[in-house]
Amino acid sequence: MGKEMLTGNGAAAWGVRMAEVDYIPAYPITPQTEIIETIAKWISDGAMDASFVTMDSEHSMVTAAGAASATGVRTFTATSSQGLLYGFEMIYTVAGWRVPLVMVNVSRGLSSPITLGPDHNDILAIRDSGFLQIHCETCQEVFDSILMAYKLAEDERVLLPVIVNMDGFYLSFTREPVEIPDVETVRSFLPEYQPEHAFFKPAQPMAQGVAVLGGEFYSYFKYQMHLASKNALEVYKEVCGDFEQKFGRKYRTIEEYMLEDAEYVLVMTNSFSTLGKAAVKRARENGLKAGLLRLRVLRPFPDPDIKNALKGKRAVAVIDQNISIGKGGIIYSEMAGCLYNEINRPLLLSFIGGLGGKNISPEEFELIFDKMIKAEDTGIVEAPHLLYTENEWKEMAGLKEIAGKG
Amino acid sequence: MDTIPIRSIREIPPEENMLSGTPACAGCGGLLTLRHCLKALGEKIVIVNAASCFTLLSIYPFTPFKNSWLYTAMACAPAGAQGVRDALDILIKKGKLDPEEDLKVVVLTGDGSAYDMGLSSTSGAIYRNLDFYYICYDNEAYGNTGFQQSGATPFASRTATSPPGGARPTGAQLQKKDLFEIWNSHRPPYLATISPAYPVDLVNKFRKAEQYKGPKLFISHSSCPPGWGFDPSHSVSLAKLAVETGIWPLKESVHGKVEHTFVPKKFKPVEDYLKEQERFAHLFKPVRQEDILKSIQETVNEYWRKHKLLS
Repeated sequence: MGKEMLTGNGAAAWGVRMAEVDYIPAYPITPQTEIIETIAKWISDGAMDASFVTMDSEHSMVTAAGAASATGVRTFTATSSQGLLYGFEMIYTVAGWRVPLVMVNVSRGLSSPITLGPDHNDILAIRDSGFLQIHCETCQEVFDSILMAYKLAEDERVLLPVIVNMDGFYLSFTREPVEIPDVETVRSFLPEYQPEHAFFKPAQPMAQGVAVLGGEFYSYFKYQMHLASKNALEVYKEVCGDFEQKFGRKYRTIEEYMLEDAEYVLVMTNSFSTLGKAAVKRARENGLKAGLLRLRVLRPFPDPDIKNALKGKRAVAVIDQNISIGKGGIIYSEMAGCLYNEINRPLLLSFIGGLGGKNISPEEFELIFDKMIKAEDTGIVEAPHLLYTENEWKEMAGLKEIAGKG
Repeated sequence: MDTIPIRSIREIPPEENMLSGTPACAGCGGLLTLRHCLKALGEKIVIVNAASCFTLLSIYPFTPFKNSWLYTAMACAPAGAQGVRDALDILIKKGKLDPEEDLKVVVLTGDGSAYDMGLSSTSGAIYRNLDFYYICYDNEAYGNTGFQQSGATPFASRTATSPPGGARPTGAQLQKKDLFEIWNSHRPPYLATISPAYPVDLVNKFRKAEQYKGPKLFISHSSCPPGWGFDPSHSVSLAKLAVETGIWPLKESVHGKVEHTFVPKKFKPVEDYLKEQERFAHLFKPVRQEDILKSIQETVNEYWRKHKLLS
């Protein structure tokens, strides 16, 4: 079909359409709504043969999605931020049902204070649920990741739901050229869903989602989920290879940008990685051997790929677009856990930035590189650094004055 | 299923679709209701359950049912039913499921979910005219967690969170929500109250409901020996007393039009029902709380007068 100029949300909708999804229970929330509106229109126009239902909440929406998936149809749903948290209970529940549904989360900061701009406290809140997580930087990647997500989720070595993440506004509402393949090629990559494990048939009654009493039995099922998620790392490689062969685009679990000979490395996720890549380029122009590692698959956590990519680096700065209040960056902790036992491990610095969509300026990236060099000189790594520019401070002071707290 | 009403308990289908040996309490009125409901519904069903006593009917690797089962969570069984129903329809439409192999989708919850936490998802499902059955077994408190007050708890009931004491001798201070009217305001095609003590009435209501596409909703008064405090062998007689005293009206609503299906010729005094249960014992001893007893009787009388079935 060629290239179309699509927003991130539009690309997600096209991914769902090309995956020939059967069922979409939905509930609106900014900045996700464009996805379900687009799908609803296609269904209404007859361009897409699927069933669409607007539910009464995200809690109900995730339940309906999981239940339909457990009955044996290919299912999609989407949410964001508060909606993801409202459905949180069912995120864990449907992951435990081992159903291969695919969701999109359009990241948005969490209340309170209530806000609209993106950060990743929403998607990382469900980090431990059993959902696999794919985080995207571009609109093309959103489209491609939805196709890959179904292939991954439906593989019987995995059978876990997948959530594809993009940043609200920065990606959800940004238009980029997106290559949309023809449906036959998509079908050759992602055949029709044939459920082997999840269905309801009178001739073969089945109890799903049943209670388990006794820690030893409960643990068994939880361990199974963990091992399935670990399997997904291997399955992902196959999916990735197959995808590259069919569509010519390659998405590893991590993206290595100017990383091979780099000494100072930024670790980022999602659309703000584009800012990081620009900063790496500028640093290179100034003679610094900079690079960037973008985490794409966050669950399962690609430990082997990360260890391998960061071997021998001097310093690594994790820029967390999230904040674990009272601790710091969530991904920093994950990276530290990943690298701690490595003999040749780099210094690991922590920065918090981009909360609620706050910009990360070129000066802040310079500061990050300076701090990496300084840490290497002194061997001292400071506590998580909360990025905030002087201008931002002044603007905030202005607001406080208006609020009478100046 | 035949829609002609049955007249006697002997005409109730003999097939048991729920087998014995469940972990439910002895004398559970809810379980008896469920047994009758499953006889009426047949084998080709899938039960979608919310957190409640009956969640513990299916504990891995056991299930007492001949039919399929999906446990969801406390608030969202009707949403689960939506997903299952829609998926079955998709499979039938795409030729992947023989229409003969279709399943009735049956939500099964206690009153905690139905009256409180699940109200939003139930309202949504009725509003969307989802083709499903809903069985609420109402034992008038959060029974599985040890009998705490719910929106279904009647005025003056002792519960674990409304214990009668020196400063508050009443027990539960609030009136029971009228779930029948809440649901009825959505104008579902079929809605009924049922009782485990009236199995013929119960089965006939299911037979009648079957002709309607859309929500078919049932609220069963469900005697609860450990929660209410009575001997398990009295479960059916107590459920019967609730109907005979007028506390639990047996009725149905077709597209919003309400009819009573059983009106006692002469109402027994509510005291006959209350005094049999530990949860109301504080109304009789150490001192008789006359005002409360009168107020309960008056509420019941008012209900029947409103429906012009008591002068």
